[in-house]
Amino acid sequence: MSAEGGTAGYIQHHLTNLAVCADSAKVDGVCQGFWTFHLDTLLVSGILGLVVFGLMAMLASKATAGIPSGGQNFVEMVVGLVDQQVRDTFHGRSALVTPLAITIFVWVFVMNAMDLIPVDFLPVALQAATGNHHLPFKFVPTTDPNLTFAMSLTVFVISIAMGLKVKGFGHFMHEVFAVPFGIKLAPINFLFRVVEEIARPISLSLRLFGNMYAGEMVFILIALLGLYQLPLALPWELFHILIITLQAFVFMMLTIVYMSMAAESH
Amino acid sequence: MNINATLIGQAIWFGLFIWITMKYVWPPLQKAMADRQAQIAEGLAAAERGKHEQELAAKRSADALREAKEKSAEFVAQAEKRAQQIVEEAKGNAKVEADKIVAGAKAEIEQEVERAKQQLRERVAELAVAGAEKILRKEINASVHAEMLGALKQDL
Repeated sequence: MSAEGGTAGYIQHHLTNLAVCADSAKVDGVCQGFWTFHLDTLLVSGILGLVVFGLMAMLASKATAGIPSGGQNFVEMVVGLVDQQVRDTFHGRSALVTPLAITIFVWVFVMNAMDLIPVDFLPVALQAATGNHHLPFKFVPTTDPNLTFAMSLTVFVISIAMGLKVKGFGHFMHEVFAVPFGIKLAPINFLFRVVEEIARPISLSLRLFGNMYAGEMVFILIALLGLYQLPLALPWELFHILIITLQAFVFMMLTIVYMSMAAESH
Repeated sequence: MNINATLIGQAIWFGLFIWITMKYVWPPLQKAMADRQAQIAEGLAAAERGKHEQELAAKRSADALREAKEKSAEFVAQAEKRAQQIVEEAKGNAKVEADKIVAGAKAEIEQEVERAKQQLRERVAELAVAGAEKILRKEINASVHAEMLGALKQDL
């Protein structure tokens, strides 16, 4: 717990991203414009992704059809679980959906899993290493809406592209303007469609962000209790294992569902 | 909650990781898993085939065994029959041989009897002549009575 600022300061500090921006984007010395980068989110998510996907690619390159090694077996188990979900839900043919679902599940899971490291361990270690005791650094990238929106918008773009590719431009436009009420009510159909399409990425990203942000907040509040945090942190941590897995799974599952909706006719 | 350019950076990361998974993670794993599935299916099919073949072989061996038993029983019966036949034949042969021997012996006995009779005839004549000679020493002339004695010899 940082000494200055009291409880509010401690919480505030833990919820502040390490932001960098050009001087022109600063308002009162704080980065607030659009051209701001959250270095912590970018670094942690990128390093985690590179490590975990590099490891998976390495194991996959050595994959054999014979008796699999322990690592290959584990990766196959995870990938097989995701693939089973894709097979059950997505009935079209696509080389993209399964890799996309695997990426989402694995990446979101490892980023969420950063939440299981006690809230002060890594920030304090980093502050000690850099010598800057006011350095803010959020270690759970999924508590940054920039990340969740980036993912959900990417999924949104891919689903639109998939709809166009599978159905063709004419059929896609027909669906946008003539379903469900017929071509005579084209504006209403279009409005419905827009609301439906926009609601998806927003709900997708806010669900993950909200759950992880709230979970992180509870960890921070528990960490404020001094010695009493010991009996409280463990149960919440155990419960959180469920949440991080569930959120990764839900994000992946909904992505598959959106892809399948985009690829199938209404 | 402030949305800023981090979004773009994160989208780039996301795209990169999707690309890595799509190119380097999923295809080799999918191939390995599919290959393994095929291998397992093949192995199971081979096991099934082997089992079936084994069943067939067991059936064949049982058939062969039964056939061999039948054949051997037939052989034994045939051999018994043949033995019976041989015994019968031998019996017949022995009987014929015995009959022949008996007949031979009988013929020999007859011959012997005939010979003895012949000898006896000759001896009787001599004895009769000797007796008569003794009795009729004086008046009987052997040469005179030879004709009569010859007739007597024939009658005997």
